[in-house]
Amino acid sequence: MPLLSVRDLRTHFFSAGKVVRALDGVSFDIAEGEIFGIVGETGCGKSVTALSILRLIPFPPGKIVSGSIRFKGTELLELPPERMRSFRGKEISMIFQEPMTSLNPVFRVGDQMREVIALHQGLGREEAWKAAVAMLARVRIPEAEKIARCYPHQLSGGMRQRVMIAMELSCRPALLIADEPTTALDVTIQAQILELLRQMRRELGTAILLITHDLGVVAQMCDRVAVMYAGGIVEEAGVVGIFEAPRHPYTQGLWGAIPPAEEERETLAVIPGTVPDLSQPPAGCPFHPRCGRRFEPCDRERPAMRAVAPGHRVACHLYPEGGVPS
Amino acid sequence: MSEPPARTSQAAEVWRRLKRNRAALAGGAIVAVFVFTALFAPWIAPHAPDAGDLGRRLEPPSAEHWLGTDELGRDIFSRILHGARVSLQIQLVAVLIALVAGCLLGLLGGYYGGWADHGIMRAMDILLAFPGIFLAISIIAVLGPGLLNLMLAAGIYSIPQFARIVRGSILSLKEKEFVEAARAAGEGDASILFRHLLPNAMAPIIIQTTLRMATVLLTASGLSFLGLGVQPPHPEWGAMLSNARPYLITAPHVATFPGLAIMLVVMGFNLFGDGLRDSLDPRLKD
Repeated sequence: MPLLSVRDLRTHFFSAGKVVRALDGVSFDIAEGEIFGIVGETGCGKSVTALSILRLIPFPPGKIVSGSIRFKGTELLELPPERMRSFRGKEISMIFQEPMTSLNPVFRVGDQMREVIALHQGLGREEAWKAAVAMLARVRIPEAEKIARCYPHQLSGGMRQRVMIAMELSCRPALLIADEPTTALDVTIQAQILELLRQMRRELGTAILLITHDLGVVAQMCDRVAVMYAGGIVEEAGVVGIFEAPRHPYTQGLWGAIPPAEEERETLAVIPGTVPDLSQPPAGCPFHPRCGRRFEPCDRERPAMRAVAPGHRVACHLYPEGGVPS
Repeated sequence: MSEPPARTSQAAEVWRRLKRNRAALAGGAIVAVFVFTALFAPWIAPHAPDAGDLGRRLEPPSAEHWLGTDELGRDIFSRILHGARVSLQIQLVAVLIALVAGCLLGLLGGYYGGWADHGIMRAMDILLAFPGIFLAISIIAVLGPGLLNLMLAAGIYSIPQFARIVRGSILSLKEKEFVEAARAAGEGDASILFRHLLPNAMAPIIIQTTLRMATVLLTASGLSFLGLGVQPPHPEWGAMLSNARPYLITAPHVATFPGLAIMLVVMGFNLFGDGLRDSLDPRLKD
């Protein structure tokens, strides 16, 4: 049984008489201890996926209209709000993109960690404080005792992200959702934070759902990858498979847009067109208006996910059921 | 394992900025003297506030009666000192009522939005639509005059100011990522409201509390002047002014000193509040 199993998840936003289909049938599994990456452009639904798993979609205007999210066999979408809260931070936690603003500015970082630890583990003040300091030391923060007494504004961006990771891992969740955890950081700090996440996965066995638009991060970190486009997953495979043999034209376009290091180019490769308006998605395959390889069924019929190799699935009419690429 | 030390860094920073603001320091000094006087009036007043000597009425300032005597021969200085006690009492209770009710309403409206917000803020608009003194008079007309009702009236009419300020802060704060992070960590509404949102809205609340002390004092004196507040023979500055009216020409000091006291204390709170605003505003950080 996978740790997390998402099936046909649809999250829509209702505003001004329009329905924005931010997620329109997303399915994937995450195994225990696995690092699963979701890549895609801004607005493709990566963050909505993360917030849907935690049921933190603001309502109104957003609503999970259908689908299933099973975590360790428990259907999260059917839990009463109180039970759902006890999952957040304890079983599934989340770190955000912006370490500068995701810590409360008026509390010492140790006090903030202590609060979460006390909430989920029922520890007393002294013990929770000790656990917080121990966790800070665990994420390689030197002089953890001193840092625990600092206010967020006294710490650098990288240090704050370390604190966030310590805070979110302090209750030993089985799944950590990391929504663009390094986007706001310097490149050198990025590498350190990614390395830290990998170490934590090794030491604590935490599965990680890594959301990013940085393909380099994906290649470095993930075991498996899903590529999202316009509210759906278009391709899913092991990290080696997807980098060596991308199948979906969108994935190929993304990979093609990575500027090669060895040659000089005047212009960068781009995918023509823009992401569709999700309140009026194109009929058929959502990518067909931008696709260079579209053919007859693409604007009529939405392609289903089909296996093209072991563990490699694609939603594209180029790869018909059980057949070879046409 | 020792507890982390008290929060000093931020307070120290505010104090550093406040120290450079002379007007705020002067205001703070006036407020400090006022509070000290209110607390220790019975021990520092040279005479009992209601002990009159009708043979020595309306005397000008002298060595024995520093600020003279009033129409019943009572020592004005002692009455002003005791009046500070009454005033501070009214201010504290009224501002506390407004602070608690206003913060709660503002928190709920700002956080939950929707019809709760609409209902609360429209009710606040109704309160704000009346001139303050008129609203207070209406409340007293319903409840009857007296010290307690005066506190209630001054408190109720200050609620909208707090509600609006808190709501405004919460509207922007609740979109901050740390609130989302807290929710993702499984914290409930109460914890988010009182641990994450309210402490971050503290600066404007502190400023408003200080400024409101001045307004409440002025309103309370005004109501007592009109005979709707503190009743004689209690020494209240507004009531003293009112009693002194017939003697404005013959013994002007009887009205002058309570008036000066009101002016000084109101000014003190206002200067101090303005100074606090400047030192607590993070945008002015240098």
